[in-house]
Amino acid sequence: MDALHLDAVVLGYGGKSVVSELSFALAPGEIGCLLGGSGCGKTTVLRAIAGFEPLQGGRIALNGHWVADANWQLAPERRQIGMVFQDYALFPHMTVANNVGFGLREWSSIDKGRRIDEMLELVGLSDAGKRYPHQLSGGQQQRVALARALAPGPTVLLMDEPFSNLDVELRERLSIDVHNILKETSTTGLLVTHNQQEAFAMADRVGVMVDGQLQQWASPYALYHEPATRHIATFVGDGVFLPARVSGQNCVSFELGELCRIQPLDVAMDSDVDVLIRPDDIQHDDSSPVRAKVLERVFRGAAFLYTLELPSGDRVLSLVPSHHNHAVGEMIGIQLEIDHLVAFPKG
Amino acid sequence: MHQRGSIWNWRGWGPLRALAIAALTLVPLLVVLASFFDPQVDAWEHLAAYVLPGVLWNTLVLVLGVGIGVLFLGVSLAWLTAVCNFPGRKFFSWGLMLPLAMPAYVLAFVQVGLLDFTGPVQTVLRGWFGSSAWFPPIRSTGGVVLVLTLAFYPYVYLLARNAFITQGLRAVEAAQMLGYTRFQAFWKVALPMARPWIAGGVTLALMETLADFGSVSIFSFDTFTTAIYKAWFSLFNLSAASQLASLLVLVVLVLAVIDQRLRHNRRYAVKSFTPVRIALQGGAKWAASVFCALIFAIAFAVPMVQLVVWVVDVWKEDFDSRYPVFLLHSVWLAGVAALVVTVLGLLLSAIRQHHKDNTTQLIVRLATLGYAIPGTVLAVGVFIPVAWLDNQLITLAAWFHWDVQQILKGSLVVMLAALSARFLAVAFQPIDAAMQRITRNQGNAARSLGLSPKKVLLHLQLPMVRGGLLTAALIVFVDVMKEMPITLMTRPFGWDTLAVRVFEMTSEGMWDRAALPSLAIVLAGLLPVILLIKKSESGFH
Repeated sequence: MDALHLDAVVLGYGGKSVVSELSFALAPGEIGCLLGGSGCGKTTVLRAIAGFEPLQGGRIALNGHWVADANWQLAPERRQIGMVFQDYALFPHMTVANNVGFGLREWSSIDKGRRIDEMLELVGLSDAGKRYPHQLSGGQQQRVALARALAPGPTVLLMDEPFSNLDVELRERLSIDVHNILKETSTTGLLVTHNQQEAFAMADRVGVMVDGQLQQWASPYALYHEPATRHIATFVGDGVFLPARVSGQNCVSFELGELCRIQPLDVAMDSDVDVLIRPDDIQHDDSSPVRAKVLERVFRGAAFLYTLELPSGDRVLSLVPSHHNHAVGEMIGIQLEIDHLVAFPKG
Repeated sequence: MHQRGSIWNWRGWGPLRALAIAALTLVPLLVVLASFFDPQVDAWEHLAAYVLPGVLWNTLVLVLGVGIGVLFLGVSLAWLTAVCNFPGRKFFSWGLMLPLAMPAYVLAFVQVGLLDFTGPVQTVLRGWFGSSAWFPPIRSTGGVVLVLTLAFYPYVYLLARNAFITQGLRAVEAAQMLGYTRFQAFWKVALPMARPWIAGGVTLALMETLADFGSVSIFSFDTFTTAIYKAWFSLFNLSAASQLASLLVLVVLVLAVIDQRLRHNRRYAVKSFTPVRIALQGGAKWAASVFCALIFAIAFAVPMVQLVVWVVDVWKEDFDSRYPVFLLHSVWLAGVAALVVTVLGLLLSAIRQHHKDNTTQLIVRLATLGYAIPGTVLAVGVFIPVAWLDNQLITLAAWFHWDVQQILKGSLVVMLAALSARFLAVAFQPIDAAMQRITRNQGNAARSLGLSPKKVLLHLQLPMVRGGLLTAALIVFVDVMKEMPITLMTRPFGWDTLAVRVFEMTSEGMWDRAALPSLAIVLAGLLPVILLIKKSESGFH
């Protein structure tokens, strides 16, 4: 039984639909992520799961119980869902402890106190209970919001761009922390973000949303290496497309050689396709006969990201360990090292 | 569980709910305006021949005089205390707000008592110079303009000071970097930037001027408000009163529209630095101190001292068993009005938060229009429909062989309705400001933590707007205590309050005997001013 199940959900305001026919499921303890640019409808999906948006079609189930369809919806307060908001939405007139205990009104005061302590310890704020939200830093407020949402033991924890108000360093650390906390408490989580690093760090399953449609629902690894659409291929990770020609049932040939994979390509022989080349597919090799000219380079500490020009004039990216220090304009040898052939028909 | 498309989600509920509260303001307003479009010929002929020429001229003079006066005083004092540094600046920056505690009518009779021929000032002058015939008469147009200017300049002062502090100094510094002197920077940059604030302050001061009844009647200076009062109580001509009220409303609505427009132009910049004030040098430094001290003295300090002196003089013979009754009536009326208006303000704000459609928003704005409408007008506008309703009820009662003369008319209901209409905006603003600080996500967070909408209101929204509610109740309480025309015109016969007592004593020229109730009113009036001062201090320092 899935902890969360969306079945052909349609959402919208007035006459126009914002999200169309969206379906996915999360097993208990799994962490999911909806990834997409602003305005793709991902936050609307989250609000519909929480019960703040009516459905125009489809249905939503929590722990195997239907909670919303086009005709009725269970009130948000009866869904046992935790939510962490982008602006945290802490209650400014209450202490941190009272914020965390806000959802525990029906607990006995002993249990409540114990639970608050437990939650504050979980998020590493044991001694902040008596302070007020405005006395805390952004990262600490974020942790309080998480503790508050987790305290009642929700079926599913929803997080709306939870780290977007934090600086980059804090964002990385917190996303790992939150991932660990969810796993520790076996909480099912659904995160919404526009940041791929965050999605990759947090989630077991990532869904990419474009214009209100879920284009792929897969593991981060599959999303990067086996993108289902051209859009996902460009949206997730760096990379370029090189022109190629189908040279067999499973193979394409192009400027840097021939590539094959186990599954058939489903494209007619001799037709033109584009092959996805990731920066990690192009390896630097001084002995390689294939030479390319360095056009640009970006120093990234452990590695250089080179933009290279092939003899044909096409450009590729290459991620090279940073002890290979080459100047712009230099010719360097490269070699293709590719595990996943990704090709899309020209179009 | 929540069913969509049910009657409870009908989109017309928002406007209807708002309208239920707005009726309090809109019914009197429409009743009064209706009499403008339904002129009674006899009443008009009388008014046009004997009343209107003088009233219109006086009103014009008053608006121009007070407008220029508050503009000069308010802006110059605000600039000095906000941007410059001179001896006593810290004290004056809040001390100059204190005149807000003193109702204009109190300032008026104290100044008349002080500066009249028989008053202490002229008596002393006669002792020195033998004659005081050269002394300008206080009971003159100039006297009224002076007193109202002193009473209402704080509106301009407050808003202009706010503007200068939040953006003035930075702008002046920027202009100086571009080669302007400070003086040029003030005229070319700081003043134009503060224009929406200054104009807003002047508009408020002019609304108060047009609504003023107590001071102009002390000066026997005929304006619309005194003419309405006379038409009603001396001539018993209700239609003449409502004709006059309709004219006054037209003037006031123009100001209300200007005020609403100006509010949109005021964007509050968040101040992120401590300004370095311009230190005045030499003579300018002392001139600034003397100027501020002079205004503080004649607008607040001297009148306060005079009030206390009078109270000490007449205390023994004047204070008798009637005073506890006046006080009780005042406190009861102010307390009930504060409660009613605060609840209405909270409801109105909740309606506005819940229904975001344009119709509802418009009706809410109309509901809070009462602050612009003079009390005399509201008294007329509430009385007419209540009298009509009473007649219907009496007819109905006669069917049941139940003989009554009046039911609602002459009861406290009329007075409370008119007072609520007048002060709804006063309560609405702090409550709505507090309500708007609650974000949608905070409400949603409470819902997802298991609270039903009603419990969200109880456990989240009410605690979060508590400060706003208290402020609202306090301001309304004091405003009702100070209020004169509505109380005077709509109170049940013989139901006297402190303000009514002030009116009765001053209309007989017994300044010293008006001092005791006035002092009580001024002391109560200090409470919200202290609150205001605290707020502005915490905001700017």
